Amino acid sequence: MTRVDEKLFQNRYRVDASRAHVKITDPDVCRVACKTSPCMVCCPAACYTREGDGRITLITDGCLECGTCRIICTEHRNIEWTYPRGGYGILFKFG
Amino acid sequence: MNEQFDVIVVGGGPSGNAAAYTLAKGGLRVLQLERGEYPGSKNVQGAILYADALARIIPDFRDDAPLERHLIEQRVWILDDTSYVGSSYRSADFNKPPFNRYTIIRAQFDKWFSRKVQEAGALVICETTVTDLVRDGDRVVGVQTDRAGGSIYANAVILADGVNSQLAQRAGFRPEIAPREVALAVKEIHFLPEETIQSRFNVTGDEGVVIEMAGKITQGMVGTGFLYTNKESIAIGVGCLLSDFSRQKTTPYALLDHMKRHPAIAPLLAGGEMKEYTAHLIPEGGYHAIPQVFGEGWLMVGDAGMFVNGVHREGSNLAMTTGYLAAETLLELRAERKVFSARNLARYRAKLDGSFVMRDLRKYKNLPRIVEKNPQFFTAYPELMNKAAHTLISVDGIDKKAKERAVRKHFVSARSRLGLLGDIFKLWRAFE
Repeated sequence: MTRVDEKLFQNRYRVDASRAHVKITDPDVCRVACKTSPCMVCCPAACYTREGDGRITLITDGCLECGTCRIICTEHRNIEWTYPRGGYGILFKFG
Repeated sequence: MNEQFDVIVVGGGPSGNAAAYTLAKGGLRVLQLERGEYPGSKNVQGAILYADALARIIPDFRDDAPLERHLIEQRVWILDDTSYVGSSYRSADFNKPPFNRYTIIRAQFDKWFSRKVQEAGALVICETTVTDLVRDGDRVVGVQTDRAGGSIYANAVILADGVNSQLAQRAGFRPEIAPREVALAVKEIHFLPEETIQSRFNVTGDEGVVIEMAGKITQGMVGTGFLYTNKESIAIGVGCLLSDFSRQKTTPYALLDHMKRHPAIAPLLAGGEMKEYTAHLIPEGGYHAIPQVFGEGWLMVGDAGMFVNGVHREGSNLAMTTGYLAAETLLELRAERKVFSARNLARYRAKLDGSFVMRDLRKYKNLPRIVEKNPQFFTAYPELMNKAAHTLISVDGIDKKAKERAVRKHFVSARSRLGLLGDIFKLWRAFE
């Protein structure tokens, strides 16, 4: 486990397995056009990783719903961001 | 649910709760929608509660609100890699009720506030995400949710849906936030026995301490750190401009971990059990970032309206105050039998302008830009101040005059004489 995984492990989530609330609009833009991938640096839950073939993988299970990825993707605006369905996602015990 | 309400409040944070409570108390039919499992389950803050803003809404809140510690001491630390210079203000007068500031745990506090809203007569429905506003031409007439049953209608909708306000953005009431207009803050909560916290911070009973920090902990980025004492836990966090994280390629969790290892901070956390890791965006654009906050049948409050005083780390009190003023506006208009048109709702903006909310934001209107363009206040100066303290405090056979010369030389070589003068001018401009 990486350090951030250990942190996220402490959190409570109700994962909406059927639908991700954040999506990459066009994966090819991440793979080909985006050189800086600010989402990978800035996402506080490390939801974004770059694979060996250059693709960006997004796994929203640990998402803290902060909005960072949407705002930081200024160059390509390639993130479709919504809140999870009511009741799903992060459930802060303390906040 | 094809019902008609007087007002729909979207969001169950401090601004939405303040608005819904005030409206329900005033006799309006209020529906409040919250996307979390319970109110507070989506909300993140440091968290300091400023009593005054809440007391104006619920004067006897101290009777049953879940409060952690009342603050008797504020420390400010300017950190270098291995040291800090700081100041603190501690006063026994802060032990005299009514207390001025408290630490709180938001998930518990927001639940309490929501109960008050319900007792006042508002209908609060959780686990419901509002997906869009319903409009009739220019006029907002209701909301659409992700629950079956379609639209819900009201004479006014209050957007209290937080910094990311999907609703405002979709409706075109607010542009997308720029990365330099928000800070990304990450926080952990560490649990420790009550006695350990009392002895480590030199307090008894429910007395508490806050430490605000700046300097090397943000690794050259514009931002600050904090450490707050709760009854049986410590909240520790750090926030920097989102644009800086991106430029500097520092991950937020690495930044927090690095800060926690600082030799002045680590002993305060030692032995604690980390039980939650959170992240949140904080509006930092100040006065110039405030959008149009009212229109035909709608009002915007709290973080959705970017109401945060970044300099003084105040947000939740602005949230409660804007929520309250929005509600007061609607109640007045209702009493005068006036419609909730943009023209009439302009009274909300006038109320804001007359309150501490806009007065404070206006006072610091230049600050965000100055701070963003002058990172030396977060890099060079903390280093210089710590070096100066070290030079002056070490007793090593060097005479005091020579030490003072050395300190002066450090400052001039780091910033130049003109640079130092310029920095003083910039600070004056920022705080004038």
